[in-house]
Amino acid sequence: MSAKNPEYDFKWCPGCGDFGVRRAIEFAMQEWTVSKEVPAERNVVVAGIGCSGNLVHLLEGPQPYGFHGIHGRTLPIALGVKMGRPDLNVMVVAGDGDFLSIGMEHIAPQAARNLNVCAVIMDNGVYGLTKGQSSPTTNLGAVTSSTPYGKAEQALNPLDFYLSIGVSFIAGGFSGKPKDLAKLIVAGMEHPGFSIVHVQSPCTTYNDTFEILKGNPKKGLQPMMWDIPANHDASNREAAYKAANSGGWPIGILYKNTDRPSLDQQIDKLNQKVKPKSVQQLLDSYAI
Amino acid sequence: MDKQDLIVRFAGEGGQGVVTSAEGLAQAASQVGYHVLTYATFPSQILGGPTWTQTRVSTSPVLSTGDDLDVLVAFNKEGYDAHISELRKGGVVIYNSAEFQLPDDGRSFGMTVDEMAKSTGNTRAANMVIIGAIAHLVDMPQEYLEQFVTKRFTRGREGDKEIIESNIKALGLGRQAAAGTQFKLQRLPDPKTPEGKQILVRGNEAISLGALAAGLNFYVGYPISPATTILVWMERNLVGKDRFVYQVSSEIEAITAILGAGFAGKKAMTATAGPGFSLMSEGLGLGWMAEIPIVVVDVQRGGPATGLPTKTEQSDLFKCLHPAHGDVALPVIAPGSVEECFYAAVTALNWAERYQGPVILMNEMAMAERAQNIPAPDLSKLKVENRKVYKGSNGYMRYEASTASPMPIPGGPGAYVANGSEHDAIGDTTHLPQRHIHMTERRFNKLKLLHDGSFESDNSRESIVIMPWGGTKGPALEAYHQLRAEGVPIGWNYTMFLHPLPPALLEELRKKELVIVPELNFQGMWSSILRSHGVKAESITQYTGLPFKVRDLVSRVKQKIQSKQRMVRV
Repeated sequence: MSAKNPEYDFKWCPGCGDFGVRRAIEFAMQEWTVSKEVPAERNVVVAGIGCSGNLVHLLEGPQPYGFHGIHGRTLPIALGVKMGRPDLNVMVVAGDGDFLSIGMEHIAPQAARNLNVCAVIMDNGVYGLTKGQSSPTTNLGAVTSSTPYGKAEQALNPLDFYLSIGVSFIAGGFSGKPKDLAKLIVAGMEHPGFSIVHVQSPCTTYNDTFEILKGNPKKGLQPMMWDIPANHDASNREAAYKAANSGGWPIGILYKNTDRPSLDQQIDKLNQKVKPKSVQQLLDSYAI
Repeated sequence: MDKQDLIVRFAGEGGQGVVTSAEGLAQAASQVGYHVLTYATFPSQILGGPTWTQTRVSTSPVLSTGDDLDVLVAFNKEGYDAHISELRKGGVVIYNSAEFQLPDDGRSFGMTVDEMAKSTGNTRAANMVIIGAIAHLVDMPQEYLEQFVTKRFTRGREGDKEIIESNIKALGLGRQAAAGTQFKLQRLPDPKTPEGKQILVRGNEAISLGALAAGLNFYVGYPISPATTILVWMERNLVGKDRFVYQVSSEIEAITAILGAGFAGKKAMTATAGPGFSLMSEGLGLGWMAEIPIVVVDVQRGGPATGLPTKTEQSDLFKCLHPAHGDVALPVIAPGSVEECFYAAVTALNWAERYQGPVILMNEMAMAERAQNIPAPDLSKLKVENRKVYKGSNGYMRYEASTASPMPIPGGPGAYVANGSEHDAIGDTTHLPQRHIHMTERRFNKLKLLHDGSFESDNSRESIVIMPWGGTKGPALEAYHQLRAEGVPIGWNYTMFLHPLPPALLEELRKKELVIVPELNFQGMWSSILRSHGVKAESITQYTGLPFKVRDLVSRVKQKIQSKQRMVRV
């Protein structure tokens, strides 16, 4: 939606982290289309269901194609788009509930396939659109509308999880710094394989973590976010595990493996070995 | 009068050659110009388990598997015990005497099948021993069989000659063994070779071939009986440039991946069975809502839940007509023969492209695995449709029109959001009542583009008709011919286009006193749908996991007609 659409009746709450992610994606798309000299319509944004998925309707500037599907299924939809048309740039936008709860079953297969799409995950640790239930990244013991006496399961560490299943590009981001985030998203899009940019994007209504993430010197609160140092070796899996498990929220590229072919490259390779038969030849093979 | 057909059942344990014998007989007979049809039912396990197959050979096109057996080939005692009651009077049993013995009962003779095959130097020729024995019983000339063996095993490989010789030897051994007994069936008349080229295919293969002929270029699937054969066929054949085939990790991945591909401009399909089809519900609703051309094949098996994975049933009809929540009614095509499977697949892809949405293609276990000779489709006469693609400038109102409108394809102009939420003309989410009215009506209006389905109508003056659907067509048509021959006043209607129904057919059906619907489910699903259309329809149901017998249909149709007439008299 490039101009204001009076019929479109969805709004993010004031201060929502997703505004920053939208800005970052707009920056990244702009840079991508200019540097790669591709028109906007060669990009496809596959959106999940939840507050974050509405991003696809709110992008400003030249419009990419969008697919606003059903809850939890962004990745297999993206699989269809990308493998149907490997020439397109495919991006996934989803929240922690959509991606890590109902959509969890689709992450590992795409990691194994090294599907060449970039997933930008907006993590606010809560189900916002359904008004504040616990999500996989909600902390143990947290009180929400669906955990009135405290959450009984521990929070998922998404970065550690992505590493364990073999996602080939993993970055941590923060919605409050759209320009920095845009660089991570561009790096994810450029990565020839499955990339996830997992963004802390706080919910100002149900789980406002801005202060926790940024810290508050006045209250003596140390920031939870920390920048991955320049000397971090992103090709080193052990170093990535260490960073993912050292507490707080790392910002930057945690892990990157460019040795693996992507699924479309792999299929191209296999196709070189086989000679397709025409429909007539196939019919003839059943001739009596 | 000479006997016009030959019905042979093979019964034993999986791995004993039950399937290869039935298919071998079908191949041999079709090779020399007979019409053939096979039927197979499997246990849901990899090795062993009771299995049986049936082959019917005839001088005219075969409609059903046949009720009464001319020959029972029993590979073990269990196979004999389970099937002997279906041997007709005067029929013959051939049994594997290495496995068990039968008394001299005037209708059975044993052969040590494997030993005889071994003596030819080719242990895999056991089915040829059996076919040779059957050929003797019906006086099928040896030259026919040798002709078949030579053609079948001339594969340009080293050792072809030895294999051909050993198979011919095996045929001769079987023939000799049978000739050494007093048993004889009526001579099978010489074949009347069908005009034009013929192919011998199974239902699922015909669907796969039809889909490719209609331009399919994207297929993903997940293994499930009895749809797996489509997946493995595609994995082998849907290869090459601009095509993609893949085994994905669930039916949910399958349906959503083909939606992504259909959105990106591909002709995309998946195939599944009941349990997988249930998992696809939400995705099918998305396809209807976002208006994405896709085809989903549901190869029915016995249900619900895991049900009867390797048996046949027609019980997914309600589910296929209304697979998703909300106001949805998807187009449904249910072919009634192996030949129709090919053309149904072509139409399914054409319909999906034309109305821009999901089309359901229903098959069923018995037809999926049935091999039958059919006229080879003439590809030059096929009409293949492609969706109208938007070619204007950006800022296009993709969902504005009140029926199907040109579809923008990523990479081209007219970027929009394909949206599963109710949306406005450009695809943005909205909740306005007038929009929901507009879009709901647009989606249903598009179905009017699919009113071109063909249908069959015979003896249309009759006020009582039989109208089967899907794979029940074969036995129902055979029953109809018998009923007419007996002078029963009954007409015939049939279509594979269950939704939308051809309007002229519906008009015809509404005028009938009674529409009798034989179908393989408990609830009488198709008659229930017809009644909702204002048709006086009643079902004849069966839910055994097996297809109808013609004999049963004939007597049950008569009962229906009689009870109707009694009511009229009262």
